[in-house]
Amino acid sequence: MNQYILEMRDITKEFSGVKALDNVNLKVKRGEIHALVGENGAGKSTLMNILSGVYPYGTYTGDIVYDQEIARFANIRDSEHRGIVIIHQELALVPQLSIGENMFLGNEQKSAGGVAGVIDWDVTHTRAMELLNTVGLEESSLTLIRDISVGKQQLVEIAKALSKNVRLLILDEPTAALNDEDSNRLLGLLKRFREDGVTSILISHKLSEVEQVADKITVIRDGSTIETLDKGSGDISEQRIIKSMVGREITDRFPKRESNVGEVVFEIKNWSAFHPLYDRKVVDDVNLNVRRGEVVGISGLMGAGRSELAMSVFGRLYGRGITGEVYVNGENVKLSSVPAAIAKKIAYVTEDRKTSGLILTNPIRVNTTLADLDRVSSRGVIDADVERSLAEEYSDRLGVKRASNEQNVENLSGGNQQKVLLSKWMFTEPDILILDEPTRGIDVGAKYEIYLFINELVSLGKSVLMISSEMPELLGMCDRIYVMNEGKIVAELAQAEASQERIMTSIISSKSDEKAMAGKAATGGQLQ
Amino acid sequence: MDKETGGAVAPAIQKQKAFDLKKNTMLIALIGLMVVFQALIIAGGKGNFFDPSNITNLIGQNSYVVILAVGMLICILTSGSIDLSVGSGVCMISAIAGVLIVNNHVNIYVSIIICLLIGIGMGALQGYFIAYVRIPAFIVTLAGMLTFRGIGYVILGGYTISPFPEEFTRIFNGFLPSSGADSATLTTVSMAVAAAVCILLIATQAMTRVRKQRKGYPVEPLAAQVIKLALIVAVILALFWLFSQNKGIPVVLVTLAIVIFVYQWYTSKTVAGRHLYAMGGNEKAAIFSGVNTNKVMFLAYTNMGFLVAVASLVCIARFNSAAPSAGNMYELDAIGACFIGGASAYGGVGTVGGSVIGAVFMGVLNNGMSILGVDANWQRAVKGIVLLIAVLVDISAQKNRVGSKGGFLGGLFKSKKNDAAL
Repeated sequence: MNQYILEMRDITKEFSGVKALDNVNLKVKRGEIHALVGENGAGKSTLMNILSGVYPYGTYTGDIVYDQEIARFANIRDSEHRGIVIIHQELALVPQLSIGENMFLGNEQKSAGGVAGVIDWDVTHTRAMELLNTVGLEESSLTLIRDISVGKQQLVEIAKALSKNVRLLILDEPTAALNDEDSNRLLGLLKRFREDGVTSILISHKLSEVEQVADKITVIRDGSTIETLDKGSGDISEQRIIKSMVGREITDRFPKRESNVGEVVFEIKNWSAFHPLYDRKVVDDVNLNVRRGEVVGISGLMGAGRSELAMSVFGRLYGRGITGEVYVNGENVKLSSVPAAIAKKIAYVTEDRKTSGLILTNPIRVNTTLADLDRVSSRGVIDADVERSLAEEYSDRLGVKRASNEQNVENLSGGNQQKVLLSKWMFTEPDILILDEPTRGIDVGAKYEIYLFINELVSLGKSVLMISSEMPELLGMCDRIYVMNEGKIVAELAQAEASQERIMTSIISSKSDEKAMAGKAATGGQLQ
Repeated sequence: MDKETGGAVAPAIQKQKAFDLKKNTMLIALIGLMVVFQALIIAGGKGNFFDPSNITNLIGQNSYVVILAVGMLICILTSGSIDLSVGSGVCMISAIAGVLIVNNHVNIYVSIIICLLIGIGMGALQGYFIAYVRIPAFIVTLAGMLTFRGIGYVILGGYTISPFPEEFTRIFNGFLPSSGADSATLTTVSMAVAAAVCILLIATQAMTRVRKQRKGYPVEPLAAQVIKLALIVAVILALFWLFSQNKGIPVVLVTLAIVIFVYQWYTSKTVAGRHLYAMGGNEKAAIFSGVNTNKVMFLAYTNMGFLVAVASLVCIARFNSAAPSAGNMYELDAIGACFIGGASAYGGVGTVGGSVIGAVFMGVLNNGMSILGVDANWQRAVKGIVLLIAVLVDISAQKNRVGSKGGFLGGLFKSKKNDAAL
């Protein structure tokens, strides 16, 4: 029996004349975890969409050999029948339906001897519970999807895949939105599947986890396969993978800079804010400051209140019952609206570029100028020529790769979208930038460019307050790091004394203090 | 870095085609429809679609749809939601105008201002509930639809008020030169106005071009611009020549031209207009960018109320009466016009020019079928099917479009849809 479950041979796919994939080859052995890595826009997702039939047979050239025969999938249903299941980055679950209903959506269970089209809910939920057990999710199958965390939703997706008798499981960035504990649980599950003979293809930007679980790693760059690294016979360290991904050696993932810190330019004092609906303090008596030319980080677990802090300060976009004071250059300011904050030269680069950052269906130009249209207009009338040339200038400055500035943002890769988002806020000419997860979901190359840009900003005397869930990034970039937990600042660490251990320790010790002191239930910061 | 800027701009923009066939699908479909009707009408011996009196008639019949469609587009842009109350609004405001002007002999201009203010108030009331209380527009305007129609009935007591003084009807339904002029005067006046409009058009285009070149901004190829202008001038001259062969220039055209020009300018050139598209494209991102989306939405519906009042005045002048049945189903004509014209049901996409083409398309369809003597019941069915086909054709044309090049807000006669990217 052939040891390869899947061979993709010389796959070439064009989108209106542009080659997205150019003679890509991928060989996956039965029962292995095969990682697929590459920068955003390298063609990983396109390749997987071809494999799963999203792009049907005939729209690409080359052969897919699955189980020793050439596969001609017309749609996803075809590939699923053959046991190929793809779990996309954006989960395909209906929030208002229960776990069980979601798991058998499109594959509804009928009673033995029952009429097709009539659902047997007993069979459905019994089978659902069995599968939830297999993936180790302790939830009732009657629980609604909207009531469980993203980590658990990911497990539901996997259980759903199992219900389809999966033989080749494809996971696209499964851990992007998960915390460490949930990620580890998921990776552990993949390892268990390997023992059961299920083959997995894992697409991930988190190279540490790739290094940890993958048997083989195929690197794709600019639509071509570069090489396949084998855990058994060679180096698969992060450094090695990165070198292959970007085509050069990145000796230092965080560019060095001369720290040149000046006076305090931005200060938040005794800042508190309540949850918009519940009677719960989400931001609790926060004090922090940022100096000229300084990069200050805010570390913390998901739900620690970091973005809420930023949003409540920036034009009071979040929360109610807000109290506290904000000082910009020593002046007490009321940032009661977004335009007021922008006028004080503050910019908030939002966390999620797709939902709250960019207008995906609009061109780069429109997105770039949106937050400060006054710059390109007089008495409310936009000067199209000025707008066009200024927007062009900012796209060039941030190095946005584009066909033209009239291209819709939805057609750009994640890294380029993030650059557009940055250039949108640079357009407001800020002195203080609050960056919320500025490198989430983008590849190492683009990350490096954004780090370089941050360094350039502070060298120009601007100040950066950076919220990030990636600790190495904060440790590598920041002069100072605040640690937040359950709405409170629990530690302030200078670069020299900061380490992952110190950050985690301050989070955990603050938690136990809290419990010892007040005995109240932890609400925000627990690991999901 | 800065050195590169100048060089990088030009080629990207010059790639734009002077006339993108796929982007102008509906305009071409409209021309096609006119040609087909003309052929059928001549073949059936039923006269001539391009008969001067028919063209005048066509403009009169559709003036209110165009006005309402422009207002509806603004509402659709903010969030994809529609205003169902416009037809009933027309009925209520017509009734008020009838009571003021006919029954109580209130000064005409005072009455017009009162009607416009009531329209604004009506729109603002609905806008308040939609934008600030955030009740879905569908529900608020459904309530408005019932309420305004009811009030209209109450005011009219079930009777029709007519006739309106000629002084009033002339403002919205008269002709230039005023009736009774001989054919030589008609021709002279019509062609003089046409010439003036053309010269104005050419002059502004030329001035913009020179200004752009002087400042070093890219301009479209001269030949393309000249050809485009020549076509527009030819259409204007032909249209006005037709007017001269009938009763003269319909003055409602002035109202229409103002509405179309102002709103096209507003949506494509102003900050407030950009905020409409931003809100419809991604409300959250708009909020984070400092756009007061509640206010944007409130103003959209308030403006709709204003345009409903304008449409009401045009309607009563045309029918010379205020009837309980006035404005029946107008909302559907306006909504249909927007979607035929390429607006997105999700908001954020659509142009004033597109909606105007949509409205004219529906108008031509009605008019052509009437001339051909198609049964009125069948006319409805055909309109429904055509609406679906038109949108279908537009969507598939957009899907085939390579990437999404070209202007965002586009010219007057462009429509645009989201590319359904996988």
